[in-house]
Amino acid sequence: MTNHWIDIRNSDCILIMGSNAASNHPISFKWVTEAMKRGGKLISVDPRFTQTSSKADFYTALRSGTDIAFLGGMIKYILDNNKYFKEYVAEYTNAAFIIADSYDFNDGLFSGYDAENRKYDKSKWGFVKDEKGIPKKDRTLQDPRCVFQLIKKHYSRYNLDTVSAITGTPKEDLAKVYEMYSTTGQQGKAGTIMYAMGWTQHTVGVQNIRSMAIIQLLLGNMGVAGGGVNALRGESNVQGSTDHCILFHIWPGYLKTPKASLPTLAAYNKKYTPKTNDPLSANWWGNYPKYSVSLLKSFFGDKATKANDFGYNWLPKLDDGVTYSWLDLFDAMYKEEFKGLFAWGMNPAASGANANKNREAMTKLDWMVNVNIFDNETGSFWKGPGMDPKKIKTEVFMLPCAVSVEKEGSITNSGRWMQWRYKAANPPAEALPDGQILMKLGKAVQYLYKKDKNAVFPEPIVNLKWDYSTHGEFDAHKMAKEINGYFLKDITVKGKKFKKGDLVPSFAYLQADGSTSSANWLYCNSYTSKGNMSARRKREKSGIGLNPEWAWCWPVNRRIIYNRASVDKTGKPWDKEHPVIEFKGKVENGKYVSKKWVGDVPDGGWYPMQNPDGSDRKDTKYPFIMKPEGHAHVFGPGRADGPFSEHYEPVESPVSKQPFSSQLASPVAVTYGTNMDIYKSDDPKYPYVCSTYRVCEHWQTGIMTRWQPWLLEAQPQLFVELSKELGAKLGIKNGEKVIVESARGKVEAVAMVTIRFRPFTIQGKTVHQVGLPWHFGWVHPKDGGDSANLLTPSAGDPNTRIPETKAFMVNMRKA
Amino acid sequence: MNVTRRDFFKITGASAAGVAVMGLGLDLKPFKSHAQTLKLRFAKETTTICCYCAVGCGLICSTGEAGAGKIINIEGDPDHPVNEGALCAKGAALSQLTNNDSRLTTPMYRAPYSTKWQKVSWDWALWTIAKRVKKSRDTDFEHKNAKGQVVNRTTAIASVGSSALDNEECWLIQALMRSLGLVYIEHQARI
Repeated sequence: MTNHWIDIRNSDCILIMGSNAASNHPISFKWVTEAMKRGGKLISVDPRFTQTSSKADFYTALRSGTDIAFLGGMIKYILDNNKYFKEYVAEYTNAAFIIADSYDFNDGLFSGYDAENRKYDKSKWGFVKDEKGIPKKDRTLQDPRCVFQLIKKHYSRYNLDTVSAITGTPKEDLAKVYEMYSTTGQQGKAGTIMYAMGWTQHTVGVQNIRSMAIIQLLLGNMGVAGGGVNALRGESNVQGSTDHCILFHIWPGYLKTPKASLPTLAAYNKKYTPKTNDPLSANWWGNYPKYSVSLLKSFFGDKATKANDFGYNWLPKLDDGVTYSWLDLFDAMYKEEFKGLFAWGMNPAASGANANKNREAMTKLDWMVNVNIFDNETGSFWKGPGMDPKKIKTEVFMLPCAVSVEKEGSITNSGRWMQWRYKAANPPAEALPDGQILMKLGKAVQYLYKKDKNAVFPEPIVNLKWDYSTHGEFDAHKMAKEINGYFLKDITVKGKKFKKGDLVPSFAYLQADGSTSSANWLYCNSYTSKGNMSARRKREKSGIGLNPEWAWCWPVNRRIIYNRASVDKTGKPWDKEHPVIEFKGKVENGKYVSKKWVGDVPDGGWYPMQNPDGSDRKDTKYPFIMKPEGHAHVFGPGRADGPFSEHYEPVESPVSKQPFSSQLASPVAVTYGTNMDIYKSDDPKYPYVCSTYRVCEHWQTGIMTRWQPWLLEAQPQLFVELSKELGAKLGIKNGEKVIVESARGKVEAVAMVTIRFRPFTIQGKTVHQVGLPWHFGWVHPKDGGDSANLLTPSAGDPNTRIPETKAFMVNMRKA
Repeated sequence: MNVTRRDFFKITGASAAGVAVMGLGLDLKPFKSHAQTLKLRFAKETTTICCYCAVGCGLICSTGEAGAGKIINIEGDPDHPVNEGALCAKGAALSQLTNNDSRLTTPMYRAPYSTKWQKVSWDWALWTIAKRVKKSRDTDFEHKNAKGQVVNRTTAIASVGSSALDNEECWLIQALMRSLGLVYIEHQARI
């Protein structure tokens, strides 16, 4: 989330689309309700009428997988009806930038498409630069090649008739949503979006969110209270685990995993340190080498020296152009490319798309380590449905671990708040905290490599700094301090003296010469000489809900990011009622003469862009400090599938053509080629659109909740929800057992025939949609049904490679 | 007093809906007062943050007299600014996650082609895993790729998970796996 949970109360209009917050993030609704009490409106857009919809001022349905068409129509409406926030758009976004002539768009394809490799050459989508190398701009937004004019042109095709034919949403409902939401383009008004996996789990997932980001920027909703782009993150610490980058492509703090083509630290830093020629751009990522070197110092401690490139080449490199993501991983496993798998607190036999493929892949491993609280479909895969244990070679180690209340440490919520948890009880019997298991395993491996004179490339293992225990127990405080970072010698930075061993007060003090460590620069400032900031418990007494002294929030306790866009060029808040920050420096003769920001931690403490008399300042920076040009990307040339969003059908769709172009599915969607990767689009054998979802009483694959009596009693088994119309057509009654089947697998479920689903009219034809939760699995309870991911396809987004589990095709029959 | 699971279910559901509990034909007084006495007389209170969704609600754990002993109650933290004491069904049931007879309590091992689990010691499990890791890594270690570029990696081992872990543990996982040369390192954020 760019904003945070309590801030939702400041919103004038909340769009909940791609999530069902009332069921799946129930306490977030406390703040939705609070916003509504204060006059805010709630819009719910969902294929199914949900608990969220039941509370909404306005609800409408769309077919799963058509969000870009829906939102593209909103972009057109905002532009056609002058609902955008002109000053914000012209000054703070790249709408004024001039785009190179090589950019074009034709029949569903952006320029630079390489059909053979299903890839774009993104260099075709560049900005035109002046003689100093600064992007050319037309702040009047009139130049026919400026981004603003190109958006107008791009989305001009998204009229109500076409959008309605794709989404199945009635035209008057589209117009109503567009009208309601676009009122937040007025100065002082804020609209917010609450989305979750309903937007990300598509082959166009990133572009779903890009579409909304464009809307939020056109309406001036970024950086302001009650605004932002707010991903409702699912797992309790999925924000933190992402920040610490348990992901193939990034190192802690969103640094890049090095590629094989970058043989030295210098080459690596050069490649990933963006440059700007614009003195008004802060270009924060210009600090990249300070963060990468400080990280290497945390990895290898004293063993990381300037002479050995701080251990840069001890760490593994990725081949250029190759991805090692979740879907790739299970594809490789299925092809017998792995010997071993660790699954920490995860159940891929039930949570991964195309679960049959994943389960089969596990039979091809030599060994697996499964660390969990309960028995689960992954650890016990060898005795699952259709498996013959006597034919499965895989050795499995199932290790019992502690639950959250049985250990100490921090987690980071969706609003980027890092919150400390204390240990309340001991784990049962021999169960251990994961931190302790990791420390012990690391020590054991280090011992084996130290002992073996012929060990292969032992340096990274034996040199890994692995001293996060106290009296033989993992010490979360030690690790948390290392994550913050230390000064490694006596040093003066920015006029302040620090001693070796001092904690670094914030990432502005990190160095690229090895004199500081920080295991994650983004968390530098979280554990300082003032103590463990994440353990703070002081509530705000008045204000807009920022609660700056409750816990800690990255970056540098900034509660609303991009907040310098919440003020005008002179530093005064657009929204006087809910000011996030405000400039209160002294004024002499119409000019600011002293610096003082009040409110949230500003995105950089520079002077505002202008003086009160309207004269431009030279000692200022543009507000979007993470972009090399300092402006938010309405035009996003970095994406794999185009600088603007475009509607494409899911890889599995109920139609054979779509009205926007001859490209049916995304031309760069990721698919796989084994005999277990089967995709069936517009196939009479699989006529119904299907989506997976969650219920309040269960959790993800259900590992943590299926074993709990109260929760299991509330939701005992797998069901499939379908409309009355489809029930009548198939002769299926409420409560009957049915088989739901896709091209990849099938599950048995109880039919739940409701009015919450309604048939759609798509391009003149009736299309039914069904849905089912994915919380169940064969291990427990015995009659509870299996994972809905047996049905979902291993198709992925070209940017993130997140699987398309929210829109695929199934059939259904009585069991 | 004995309250069955089913009774408890009825009671919690009914009270939440604001129905008069006496209507269920159960006198709740002794049940309530007994629970409250337990909490007040013995409890040590510890704050925590919910382990389910990322709203990050605060909870208070009440633990029995022996300090880090058995948890006797978990409820919403009224001082927490996000949830102000409120919880969803999962958060409210959190004590059943920790006090649960179905939990894994000892390391277990399944040998190749075996039809069953066997209990093993931590020492045996961790040393055996460490040896498997070393063998798999050393056999397939790639110093250079097909183009002759230095890569220093193994593609014989993968690691997945977990966003259910603490930040400090997440850092440890990626560090240990990267030091071993793994490139297939993924978790829930990808799915």
